[in-house]
Amino acid sequence: MADFWNFYAWPTIIIVLQIVAIVVPLLVAVAYLTLAERKVIGAIQLRKGPNVVGWFGLLQPFADGLKLFLKETVVPSGANRGVFIIAPMATFVLSLVGWAVIPFDAGMVLADINVGVLYLFAISSLGVYGIVMAGWASNSRYAFLGALRSAAQMVSYEVSIGFVIITVLLCVGSLNLSQIVLAQQGMWFFIPLLPMFVVFFISGLAETNRSPFDLPEGESEIVAGYMVEYSSMVFALFFLGEYANMILMSAMTCVLFLGGWLPPFDIAPFNWIPGPIWFALKIAAVLFLFLWVRATMPRYRYDQLMRLGWKVFLPLSLIWVVLTAGVLVATGWAPVTNR
Amino acid sequence: MIVEALAFYMFAAVAVASGVLVVSVRNPVHSVLFLILAFFNAAGLFVLLGAEFLAMILVVVYVGAVAVLFLFVVMMLDIDFAALRSGFIRYLPIGAMVGLVLLFELALIVGAWITAPDAASAFGAPSPDAAKIANTHALGLVLYTKYAYLFQAAGMILLVAMVGAIVLTLRDREGVRRQNIGEQVARGKRNSVEVRKVRAGSGI
Amino acid sequence: MAFLDRGARTLFLWELLSGLALTFTYMFKPKVTLNYPYEKGPLSPRFRGEHVLRRYPSGEERCIACKLCEAVCPAQAITIEAEPRADGIRRTTRYDIDMTKCIYCGLCQEACPVDAIVEGPNFEFATETRAELIYTKEKLLANGDRWESEIARNLATDAPYR
Repeated sequence: MADFWNFYAWPTIIIVLQIVAIVVPLLVAVAYLTLAERKVIGAIQLRKGPNVVGWFGLLQPFADGLKLFLKETVVPSGANRGVFIIAPMATFVLSLVGWAVIPFDAGMVLADINVGVLYLFAISSLGVYGIVMAGWASNSRYAFLGALRSAAQMVSYEVSIGFVIITVLLCVGSLNLSQIVLAQQGMWFFIPLLPMFVVFFISGLAETNRSPFDLPEGESEIVAGYMVEYSSMVFALFFLGEYANMILMSAMTCVLFLGGWLPPFDIAPFNWIPGPIWFALKIAAVLFLFLWVRATMPRYRYDQLMRLGWKVFLPLSLIWVVLTAGVLVATGWAPVTNR
Repeated sequence: MIVEALAFYMFAAVAVASGVLVVSVRNPVHSVLFLILAFFNAAGLFVLLGAEFLAMILVVVYVGAVAVLFLFVVMMLDIDFAALRSGFIRYLPIGAMVGLVLLFELALIVGAWITAPDAASAFGAPSPDAAKIANTHALGLVLYTKYAYLFQAAGMILLVAMVGAIVLTLRDREGVRRQNIGEQVARGKRNSVEVRKVRAGSGI
Repeated sequence: MAFLDRGARTLFLWELLSGLALTFTYMFKPKVTLNYPYEKGPLSPRFRGEHVLRRYPSGEERCIACKLCEAVCPAQAITIEAEPRADGIRRTTRYDIDMTKCIYCGLCQEACPVDAIVEGPNFEFATETRAELIYTKEKLLANGDRWESEIARNLATDAPYR
């Protein structure tokens, strides 16, 4: 019995508590990201944004959540019921499981696996399934159009994201996210790899279906794309999943290019602040960039989107992979590790 | 150990069950979705074996890209199930024969592998000690040294397939107006607007 | 040189960055939002809102049941019935406005010879049922009592221009 407690029960309880400690702040962050989005876009458009529910509208996300919770879940009669229900769950779950490998501080990570980057890449490439399944199962023209757009778009931009990740890996010599952060102690990677940082950020916008690449939703042309038939909590799951994906993509940007939990300068006033706070601040900065871009850029046309992905980003990132590898080998900076 | 065994049986059972469902469900989209589930469970089995790199690559390549395209195509096709089913009995003997040949070949391979004289030493040989070296590194060590030519050959085959697909589908049609984005962006007032004095009643 | 200039602009994403810079400056400009239920925009004295029936300062109702408004109403939203009152003066016994039909054109107040029917400055009269939007004489007179000061001021402000 003692064995059971020591080897199975306690580790399980501890892991569950760790998961809760990640997921709950994440969901609160998602709720406030929706508020921040409305506030930032409002400010840029000379509006005030929500400011009635609570102080400065701070309770607005919860009012919205309650509203969605109390609504009726409608399943269209022509829909494929099982897939229709599974799709939003898949989106939501996939947006959460990626956080298992994100390091919040040195050693502060749920699963410190060797292939962390690949895991994140795999999870972000699976995001398309929720959307495609939703679009197909809804049995609606608009939803289907949204799903088709999303499938092509996300597969296209994954390619350039993959190459950008490879350039970072060349500089680090490890697939472990903590190692990647620690390799940036001298200089954050966004300085030497600035073009790749830009490519990664823009591809990240496309990967999370954010404006200016929000064609799968495209509310002005295909009403809400794949979400058109969804209501109530199933819609809320899509919404939460989409915003959690945004935060995950920002966290990925921070880990790969902005030095994760590291302070900008390793000197007195900066390194007093603990790592997780730096990490959160950086994520917030990248998220602000997401919102800022949304308020500034108009939506891309579909053929332009494909052109940008395949004819601009793919060659650029390929060239940069070769260039980085060449420079690393020529100067002898290539990392030699056994990990 | 118990947990590992339980996880193995779960992954294995789900993989086999979803494999059966891939060929038995009526709806082709459900088929593809079960195929994806099978891929996932195969990835789980790889993780249990300690081959986490292969597991992730399986998910990225097969689930993240190949299966998406499968799903994309199957969703768009309007498949007539009745027509597909009608030939089932007629082609059953041929299908069964192909299956039997495959089974026989597999049995031959596995049998030869087990009964081969140097099998016992080969079992442990290819994989280095997992505690000393990460399997990503180990994979790189064999892939880029011992199997470098095969690796390049695989790349060439993929390249040929890609070139073939482009040759088959790329048509250069006459008289099609295409957008030249560079030209559009570079276009300014100087080369698109002309100001002329127009005398009343004469036109340009 | 023009080629180099253009190339540099494309390479450094100059257009995108200048656009972002512009929107960033807008974040700190004063906001134009009106906190509607708490703040309201200015209304013209000629604003045509909810209808009222006015009274003379003595308390006598102005409407003399001439039915000009009923006749002029393009939406035929007004229904009037009239009879002599106990003291022999002709007054309306029924004065209904169907607010769901009304198009707020203001012709009734233009037609009225005694300034009895007037469209007041009130625009917040949403209801939960349609039945509540069929205004009776009592409702209209109550509205008149409620908005009299504003309406009198509006009429006085607008008078020089008529």
